[in-house]
This record gives sequence, C-alpha cells and structure tokens, in this order.
Amino acid sequence: MATDAALMTVYRTAVAQAADELPAVGVAAAPPPEQDEPSTLRHVALEDVYAVVGSLVGSFGLVWLVFSYVLPLSGVVGFVLCWDVAFLAMYAGVTARSHPRPVVVSRVMAAVIVGLALLVGFVLMTVVVYVVAHGLDAVRHLNFFTQSASAGSLTGTFAQGGIYNALVGSLIQVGIAIAIALPLGIGTAVFMTETRGWFVRVVRTVVEAMTAVPDLLAGLFIYVVFVLPFHGNYPWGHKNGIAVSLALAVAGTPIIARSAEVALRVVPGGLREAGLALGASHWQTVRRIVLPTGRPGLATALILAVARMIGESAPLLIVSGFTTFYNANPVDGQPMISLPLYVYETLRSGQPAEIIRGFGAAVVLLFIVFILFAATRVLARQRVSTR
Amino acid sequence: MVASAEPPNLLDSLDEPISPQATNPWGDRLFHLVVRGIAGVVLVIFGSIGVFLAYQSVPTFRRYGLSFLTQSQWNPELDKVGISSTLLGTVEVALVALVVAFPIALATSLFISEYAPLRIKGLLVALVDLMAAVPSVIYGAWGFFLLMPHATLTSRWISEYFGWIPIFKVNTDPAAAVWAQSRFVNSAFIAGLCVSMMVIPITCSVMRGVFAEAPLGEREASYALGSTKWGMIRTVVLPFGRGGIIGGTMLGLGRALGETIAVLFIISLTFNVNFHILQNGTSTISALIANDFGESTSAQLAALLTAGLVLFLMTLGVNTIAAVFITRSRSGAATEI
Amino acid sequence: MSAIEEIGPESLVSGPQLTTGITGARLDAINVSAWFGTNRVLSRVSLSMPPGTVTALIGPSGCGKSTFLRILNRMHEMVPSAKLAGQVKLGGQDIYAAGQRVTETRKRIGMVFQKPNPFPTMSIAENVTAGSKLVGMKLSRSEREELIERSLTRAGLWTEVRDRLRDAGGALSGGQQQRLCIARALAVDPMVLLMDEPCSALDPTSTRRVEDTIHEIKDEVTVVIVTHNMQQAARVSEQCAFFLAQQGTPGVIVEAGRTEKIFTSPDDPRTEDYVNGRFG
Repeated sequence: MATDAALMTVYRTAVAQAADELPAVGVAAAPPPEQDEPSTLRHVALEDVYAVVGSLVGSFGLVWLVFSYVLPLSGVVGFVLCWDVAFLAMYAGVTARSHPRPVVVSRVMAAVIVGLALLVGFVLMTVVVYVVAHGLDAVRHLNFFTQSASAGSLTGTFAQGGIYNALVGSLIQVGIAIAIALPLGIGTAVFMTETRGWFVRVVRTVVEAMTAVPDLLAGLFIYVVFVLPFHGNYPWGHKNGIAVSLALAVAGTPIIARSAEVALRVVPGGLREAGLALGASHWQTVRRIVLPTGRPGLATALILAVARMIGESAPLLIVSGFTTFYNANPVDGQPMISLPLYVYETLRSGQPAEIIRGFGAAVVLLFIVFILFAATRVLARQRVSTR
Repeated sequence: MVASAEPPNLLDSLDEPISPQATNPWGDRLFHLVVRGIAGVVLVIFGSIGVFLAYQSVPTFRRYGLSFLTQSQWNPELDKVGISSTLLGTVEVALVALVVAFPIALATSLFISEYAPLRIKGLLVALVDLMAAVPSVIYGAWGFFLLMPHATLTSRWISEYFGWIPIFKVNTDPAAAVWAQSRFVNSAFIAGLCVSMMVIPITCSVMRGVFAEAPLGEREASYALGSTKWGMIRTVVLPFGRGGIIGGTMLGLGRALGETIAVLFIISLTFNVNFHILQNGTSTISALIANDFGESTSAQLAALLTAGLVLFLMTLGVNTIAAVFITRSRSGAATEI
Repeated sequence: MSAIEEIGPESLVSGPQLTTGITGARLDAINVSAWFGTNRVLSRVSLSMPPGTVTALIGPSGCGKSTFLRILNRMHEMVPSAKLAGQVKLGGQDIYAAGQRVTETRKRIGMVFQKPNPFPTMSIAENVTAGSKLVGMKLSRSEREELIERSLTRAGLWTEVRDRLRDAGGALSGGQQQRLCIARALAVDPMVLLMDEPCSALDPTSTRRVEDTIHEIKDEVTVVIVTHNMQQAARVSEQCAFFLAQQGTPGVIVEAGRTEKIFTSPDDPRTEDYVNGRFG
C-alpha cells in the first residue's frame, strides 16, 4: 500500500507536469560529461559466444562417448551427423534457459542453416581436393600435355603418354560447335529482343523448353539423323569430330540464346530510341549501339557456354568414338577423342595407371573451367569500373 | 429546289488519322528477314527433335504395344523390351536427389541472402555458379571413388535402423559380423546422392535470386514489431519467394531426371522393378540409352528413341511447371531462370 | 537472469490504471549522436517525450529526423556502418544497455512507416495478429479474436473490414492499409508508437482518420510523429521539436517546446523562418 501511494505521487507529478508546463525539453539538467565517442552497435554478447562454443564441445564429448563405447556404429559420416544433432539439441537447451521461445527458435535455425551451408562447402572442397590429389602424379609430367595417349602404355610410367590428342580434340570440337551455335544463338536473341509479335512468343517458349532437354538426347538426335543414315558415305556419317560438334551445338544454342537475350534485354530502351532518333535504321542501331553495349553480357554468355561445352560428356557417349591416337581432322571418319570422354573411359577402365591419367585429365578439365569462370568475373568487374 | 453540291469541308480532313509508318529502308528489311530466318532455323531444329523422337515411337508401339510401358526387362536378344523398371529407377534416383538437395539448397540460399556477411556475398554467389559449371564427369568420378565407400556405410546404417520402412529394406542382414557390402553398392540411393550435387547449385541460385528481391519495407515492418531474424524470414522472405522455391526445385528435378554420366559411374544396370533404393541394381532411362544404343537393331534403336521420348516429355513437363511457377509469382518479374 | 530486466519498465509506468488514464511510458533521448561510418548525421540531440503526449518532429528533409526516430526503436543499428553515442531511456531504463534484448525493445516501441507495408500473403486478421505471433504471445482463439477487434477499433478500421477479415491484406486502399499497419503495431501492446510520415502517401480523408486514431491512443501510447506537414503538426501534437542540419553539419534540434509556442512565438529566428514557410 505504501508503495502504491508512492507510485501514485510519482504519477500525479508526471501528469501535472505534462498538463501544465512541459518539463525542460532540450538539454537535460546536468548533462553527463561529454561522452561523444561513437560505439558500434553490433555487439555479440559474450554469453552467446559461450553458448555456442560450450554446446559444440559438450556435444562432441557426449557423442564420442556414445559412439565408441555404447553404440556399435562406425564411420566418420555417422559420427559427424550425430554430433550435429547433439549440438543443436544442447544449444537449444542452453539458449532456452535465458531467452524466450522465438529467440531460441531463431538461434537454432541460424545454426542449422549455417551448418548446412558449411556442409556444402566442405563437400565441394572434397570433390576438388580428391580429383587434384589423385591426378597429381600424372599432371606432374610435362609429356602429359605434349604427347598423345597412344604414346603411353596401359601399365607404363607416366613419363610417357598424355592427353595432347584429347586437348586438341576438345579444342577443335568446341571451336566448331561455337562457330555454329554463337551466330544462331545471338541471332535468335536479337530476334527476341528487337522484334514483336506472336512469333517471338513461340520462339521464346521453344528456346526455354530446349534449355531443359537432357544433352544425351541432343547426342542421340544427331546420331540418328546424321550419322546413321549417311553411314560411311558422307564425311558426317561417322562417329567423328563433326558429329560431336553438331551435338554440342544443338545442346548449346538454346543456352547461348537465353543468356544473350538477357544480356540484350538489359540494354536500356532509351539507347535504342536515341539511335533511331538520330536517323539510324534499326539494323544500324542494333549493330552500333545495342550489341556493343551488351558486349560484356554477351561475352559472359559465350564464355559460360564454352565452359559447359568443354565439360559436356553425355552426347559424347553416343556420337564420339574413343581412340588413343591423335586426330585433328573432324571429317575424316576417324574418331576424335576429347577430354571428357577420355576421363570417363580411363576412369572406368579399372587399370590403376589409366585411372591416374584419367584423374590428371580431370584436373586439367577442372582447371580450364575455373579459368573460364574467372574470366567472366574479371569481365563483370571491368564492366562496372568503366561505367 | 436545286440540289447544290456542298463544297467539301476541308477542315474535316484535318481530323482524320493517318498512321505514320516509317518507310523501311531495304537494310532494315533484310535485317528483319535474316534475323527471323535464324530464329526459324533454330525453331525447326528444336521442333524436329521432338517430332523425330515422336515419329520413332510409332513403330515401337506398333511392334511392342503398350507392354512397352509395363514390361520391366530390357533384353534385345529375346526381343523383350520395356521401360517400367527403368522409369521407376529414373524417378527413384531423381527423388532421392531432390529430397537431399532441397533442404540443402534452401539453407544455402537463405544463408547467402540473409546471413552471410556482405563482403563475401558476391564470392559465395560465384562459388555456387562455379559448382554448377563443374562437369558431371567429375562429380561422377567423385561419387564412384570417394562417395560410394562411405555411402554404403550410411546405407547400411539406414537399413539397420529404418529397415522396417519398405523402401529402406535390403535383402541381407546388416548387423551380421561380416556384412555383405556388395549388396549396398551401385544403388539408386548412392546415385541420387551424387546427382544431388548437380541439383543443389541450380536450385540454390534460383531461390537466392528470389529471396534477394523480398521487399525491404516488409522486412522492416517485421523487425519493427519485435520479431527475430528467423521470424522475419518466415513471415516475409519465404512467402515472397514461394514461386522461386517451387520453380527452382522443379528445375532441379528436370536436371536430375536427365543426368547420365554420374549415374553411369555408379549404378550397375539391372532391370528388375526394385523399390529398395538402398539395394544395388537399378537403371535409368539415360543410362539405358547410353549403354545400349550401340548394339541394337533398328527396331530396338527405335525402342531406345521411344524411351528417349518419354524422358523428353518428362523433362519438358517438369520445366514448364517450373517456368509457370517462377513467372507467375510476385517475385517472377525480376527473376531470370 | 535479471529479475529487474523482466519486471522493469512495466512496473514503473504501466501499473495501475489511474483516473486520468495515462498508461504510456516516458521516452527520453539524452545527447544522442549518430554516425554512418565516419559521417556524423546527428549531434547531441536531447528530447523528452512524456507519457500522454504527442511529440512532432518537424524540419526540412535530410535533417536526421527519420534517423533519430529509428534510433528510438533500435532500427538504426540494422545498417552495418551505423554508430551511436548517448542514451535512450524508456521509463528510465537505457534501451541500449548491454543486457537489453532488442526484440523486447522493439515490441515496446512500435513503428509505423511512410509507405504502408501490410504482409501481402496474409489476410487482414492474420496481419493484425502477425506481431503477437512473431513475439511469441500465446493466445487462445477468443483472445485472438478480441485482440483483432480491439486493435482494428483503435486504428479506426473495424467498421470497414469487420465482414471481410479473411480478405488479403494487400487488397485494401492506401489509407486502409496504413490503418491496418497501425492496428498491427498496436496489437503487440506497445508503450510508445513512432510514426515516420505516416500520412504523406494518403488522401485527406485517410489522413484525418489517422489523426483521429493518434488522438484516441495518445493516453495509452506515447506517440512521436515525424511530419513535413506543419498543419498536421499543429493539429496533432502537444510539443514539437524543430530539426535542422545546415550545409554539411550534422542535424541538431534547434528548438523544442509546446506546439503553440513554436508556431506563434518561437525563440529562434530559424524556427520562425521555417514555420512561416520561408524555407523548407
């Protein structure tokens, strides 16, 4: 009761003040000494750090105990899985002691999300590390890049033999494929962005649908339409380089078309109008204004398509022959080997030496894709800085 | 009364509209023609793929009838061909890949768009794109040499503790002192795990693109009410990104259905209708085509092409659904698949 | 766990209902300075916002009024480069003190934004209860319905939407959406309501309705409103603070006091210039 009375007095004074004269707004009486250093507002409470670390350590110990001595389980994967579950449970429990439910849920979900993201990163790293580690023995030798597979023997040393023929083969096949797919793709993209009408919608639908087609079917299509009927009679009637290029072009054109369309669509309409207002024809506007403006985006689309084509393996299974010999002629009816097929065949061969060579080729493949990717990043950054 | 012709009212004609058409210089006409021609060529090429596959299915169905779809064995020598087991295998592998990839892709995309520090966000996006660009031979090799030995242990663990669920049952005693590892290798489960590595980056990048578009005003409103970060994600980001979540998953499914090389690395091609995904032996349409096309007669080649048609229609259907979901949603206008 | 942190401000100021019926809380800003990175945008701003009053923050664009408002409910720190000095006290307790949970503070100090932002995937009813769900309030079905009716009534929207509570929140007109946002903010039972130019996107009828709402709730909820419309400031508030940031200098409060005084006989010539429309 006494407290209530005291509270009432406090209220009455406050109300009186509010009603009659407002308290001195502005500077409060006796301001504290100048405390003007800014403080960053994002401080993580020490208690929260303890909660995470403690839960990590505690759950590790618990699972270690249970795993080794109590349950007859095995395997690193299983251990990590159990540890993760135990960590989450422990973390949830610890947080629940001093925080309300929504905060507990938020913290646990953050732990789950971060954990899964870390898992993906870790797995991706194992892919790269495993391939590189196993291919190192072969890649170390210079002849790996200068000799063809025929120069080496199945069980010989790595000082002989290499992937020169596969590299050349990949280069030629992808080169021809790009020479076909690029004009078709960009032409279709220009059509889609510069024209209007129902036909554009049809084309766009078909292009979208085709990006989804499994590449295997593209290879099958080329095989059945070009290779089989003309078997032996015409340059393309064999499982040779040109057949592969055709299959790659069929698989790659919709992708180039779609990325190029995106790149061209971003070019502001105002630029086109400016060109037309200056008296240029539509073609001139496209050639001199739209395409150059979209060049970085188009270059990116091109590089990405090349990266995909180099690694494309499914159609190769159908239209490409396997050989250990060097062959730079795509139309002579002899098979032309390329990198992905080489990787596949050697890794499936079961011969230890061949398997290592296969991993070596895989390392080279990975490296090429990585370089191409880095090139697109450099291109993207260049575009931003020259704005 | 003399009927006098009224003089034409000149002012009237000033109000009649003329449609101004710029006269098309011949350069432009040519340009339009060429460009239209290129698009036409592209259309013909792609249309012919579908038409061609469909055309080949006619003799197949004529020869084998509807049993093509119900027969499980693929035995060209005995002239018994059917894709029921293969179709089942394709769906199994794709579903395993999807079940594994969906939560991971969702978590990773949320991590990148909501939790990651600003400085490394661009790097993470590039990393996801790089993950998508890695050739499938490499994932297949990794899956066969590194993943499979470890995954068989996991398969064994699952069949031991969850074997009472029919799909997880394996015809062996996992708790035996010397357990039959060979029963667990080359299974649809492991193939699905490997394929999920290729599904994750595709799904993740669609989802992330969509989450990044969630409007700032609604996010602020949620925080201003006193919500936690996860509360805000649940109330604003996820509902906004619903179209992208479903669409991205469908795109990933399409990829999983068509994956060839990685599956070839891992499975051993058998043709029984096998619901036990942890057990070895299965087949998928793409693996079947890649494996068998070389030695088949023209009739069996037509059968393979018909199988290819089924695959084609499945992926087409799935991707159309994906496109519809992505473009129809609120987030669709800003997304490019 | 500190018991005071849990019982704290509520026991001091929102205790027993008085005959005068004022239950809002007192908000004090003491020597608040704000930075974005190294760029100082507010310099030693102090302001007291007593319970039962409406405080209007006026001044030309870019003087830091909105930044100041966002400091009051800890939204300022959502920007990574944000820095702060000074204190903000709710009922005597510094909301930036180490042990204070930010979600708790934002529950007690609500905010309504310039552009109405109801959650479009939720119905009207779900929008109103969104806040209570987010902060973890457990309500029975009847409590929830009562909360919806009470909040919508306080926001002046109940009669218009009582028959279509299941309709989508985004399907309302602009003025209705803003009132829905006010209802949503009131549903978590805040002690203070901050409003950042809530009527600038609304037509005059909706504006008047929002001002009616402010008038009705001010006894229970201390209101701080940023506004460019001086007539509105004059209509709605009891005290005003005039913010100004001269070229390149951080924003400060030039003058603050009772609304009548600021508008009829301000002390500072700059205030007089502004309220008479000579600049702004």
